[in-house]
Amino acid sequence: MDVTAPPAVRLTGLWRRFGTKVAVGGIDLEVPAGSFYGLVGPNGAGKTTTLRMATGLLRPDAGTVLVEGVDLWADPIRAKSLFGVLPDGVRLFDRLSGRQLITYAGLLHGLDRTTAVARTDDLLRALDLEQDAATLVVDYSAGMTKKVALAAAMVHAPRLLVLDEPFEAVDPVSAANIREILTAFVASGGTVIVSSHVMDLVQRMCDHVAVVAGGRVLAAGTVDEVRAGSTLEDRFVQLVGGRSAGEGLEWLRTSSASS
Amino acid sequence: MVAHLVRLKLTLLLNGLRRSVWQQVGLAFAALYALGLLVLGVVGLVALSTQDVALRAGVVPAFGALLVLGWWVVPLVAFGVDATLDPTRFATYPVPRRSLLVGLALSGVVGVPGVATAVLCLATVVVWWHEPVAALVAVPCMALALATAVVGSRATTSLGAAVLGRRRVREVLVVVMVLPLMLLGPILTGLTGVVTRLGAGGVDRLGEVAGWTPFGAAWAVPALVAQGQWGGAALRLLIALVTLGVLVAVWDRALTRAAVEPTGGGESARAEGLGWFGRLPGTPTGAIAARCLTYWRRDPRYSMAVITLPLLLVVFLVAMPGGGMVVAVGPLAGMIFGWTVSADLAYDGSAFWMHLSAPVPAAADRWGRIVSTLVVGVPGSVVLTVASAALAHRLDALPALLGMTLGLLLVALGCASVVSALVVYKARQPGENPFSTPQGASMAAMTSQLAGFTGVGLLASPVLVLGVVAMVRGSWLLGLLTLVLGLGIGVVVLLLGARIGARTLERRAPALFAQLASF
Repeated sequence: MDVTAPPAVRLTGLWRRFGTKVAVGGIDLEVPAGSFYGLVGPNGAGKTTTLRMATGLLRPDAGTVLVEGVDLWADPIRAKSLFGVLPDGVRLFDRLSGRQLITYAGLLHGLDRTTAVARTDDLLRALDLEQDAATLVVDYSAGMTKKVALAAAMVHAPRLLVLDEPFEAVDPVSAANIREILTAFVASGGTVIVSSHVMDLVQRMCDHVAVVAGGRVLAAGTVDEVRAGSTLEDRFVQLVGGRSAGEGLEWLRTSSASS
Repeated sequence: MVAHLVRLKLTLLLNGLRRSVWQQVGLAFAALYALGLLVLGVVGLVALSTQDVALRAGVVPAFGALLVLGWWVVPLVAFGVDATLDPTRFATYPVPRRSLLVGLALSGVVGVPGVATAVLCLATVVVWWHEPVAALVAVPCMALALATAVVGSRATTSLGAAVLGRRRVREVLVVVMVLPLMLLGPILTGLTGVVTRLGAGGVDRLGEVAGWTPFGAAWAVPALVAQGQWGGAALRLLIALVTLGVLVAVWDRALTRAAVEPTGGGESARAEGLGWFGRLPGTPTGAIAARCLTYWRRDPRYSMAVITLPLLLVVFLVAMPGGGMVVAVGPLAGMIFGWTVSADLAYDGSAFWMHLSAPVPAAADRWGRIVSTLVVGVPGSVVLTVASAALAHRLDALPALLGMTLGLLLVALGCASVVSALVVYKARQPGENPFSTPQGASMAAMTSQLAGFTGVGLLASPVLVLGVVAMVRGSWLLGLLTLVLGLGIGVVVLLLGARIGARTLERRAPALFAQLASF
């Protein structure tokens, strides 16, 4: 890793409020270039809000986002050409076929048509979507939709990928394929940020991790630093708290309901 | 359980109000409107109560049948059924079928139209105060009528939804269903003509006929009792009861099916190759134009405009045969085509993230949408203008008409480019049930539309005035002048609109996306 290179992403003092609820309350995070960075946190922790602010989809109330040293909110056009995004919980232009959608993403990122078309074909093959290249995205299953959106995020060959819940609803075989693609991407010098609730996956796949809860960073660093000897899952529960061990649900135990 | 469902509906209604100011405004308007109609109806009924029995016995069933028919049919074609209590959401709970039916029916009355209808039904009892027995009979009969109306609307819509579950069918039907709506004017004109020709005796006949129909039977029972025809009353009561029974059975069946067979599925559509993406320039602007053009064909919300405009021509011809108004179709088409862009971002919905997360200049976004609309709108509106001029035998006025059409198209496009960067509202998404109305959408949409229309009208007014003068005078020269002026003003407004729109979008895009994503 080049020591002098600026971090792929640096978030400083990121704040965002919705009404009276503070979704993100001052997040500072540095994602080193060439890292495979996991963002974990319980539901409603502010992961999606953070990632949306880091990718130009949501304007922060305060704070700055630097993508490879470029201030995203000051020079959005330049910064946005540096990364690819897979947001969670949004629609796609689903009246396009899979092939059209990926090509569309490529053209929007300023690729010329020949390149966009060639890369679209490669991506369709790599993600096992060739059979359904001509099917409208509206008729795709949830997993296929995730895959085609991922392809759309990668078509312009960015050096940074920001993926919100990329493995949700994806079948195990496709998930393994995607993981392989992402690992190869990192090995060749790219940076990946993924959010997930699946600790096991993050522990196996990522080299860096940040634990987010209540709109703040509770711990961040390499996976080994954060988990400090135990498993990531145990450490996560310890950091976030809120385990109740099923007490008070005695009536749910079937053995006691024998009467 | 029944009480739970009614309370749930009330809670949902109140929570919805708390969430958005637009809904409060919308409910206030709806309530005001309903109140106006209600006062009118009640005053009418009170006035009617002083008339002689024969007239009352004619009017009440006819009016009642119309009301019930409205409940059955209107949700199918216009407003959509209120989906706040979607029966499929109760599929996993062990709710007894009976309670579910009764609860959903009662919660159907909770709401502005339900309450208004209930009050109106109650007020009908007053009509029979001269004949106490009939008034007494009227009370349960009006409850029966109300039930027929509410359950009927549930039955028709759930039946409709079952048929329309498949996307393809649904999309075709959305388009087809606009037809009767557009023909509503001519149909009503025709009906009024028929009624006037029938005269006073005709109303009696109408009431008589209405009393035999499933919609009017319940209303005819007290009318016949008032006239001492007990046998006829019993017969109508039987019809009314059977009707309700059949409706409940139909609704029950539809509910059962909806619970186990979720909508969706059907064969999937395919699109080989790149389509428009292979034909337009491979730039962001070209790509956006290609995407929009693809949507003009594949998204029913756009293709509907293309299909309904020729129908507009037919409607004008039918409604005003020989009238000179037919030539208005061309300029109207220009206006409609241009204005479609105002809903573009709302139609994109949260898919707009693709533009926002890519390094796309706001101007490319605006121009892509403008170019695609021009590609569809210019030939479309020009063909309609020529056709309407030919049909009206006013080919001599073609330059003036074309000036107005193209002027309106360009001006509307320019204004819409600004409006769509300012206001987004919740639009019906392409895959959604056409029978459900998006909540809290209408007021924001309506206000922006109204302001936009006014702006377009003002900016295009010189062209329109000159064009009308040219047509009335039959002046070829003034007509040519209209064409030049229309193109001139149009191009200036379009360029300005695209520029202001782009600057606005650049500033507001993240806020707009946040709003779109929250819908």
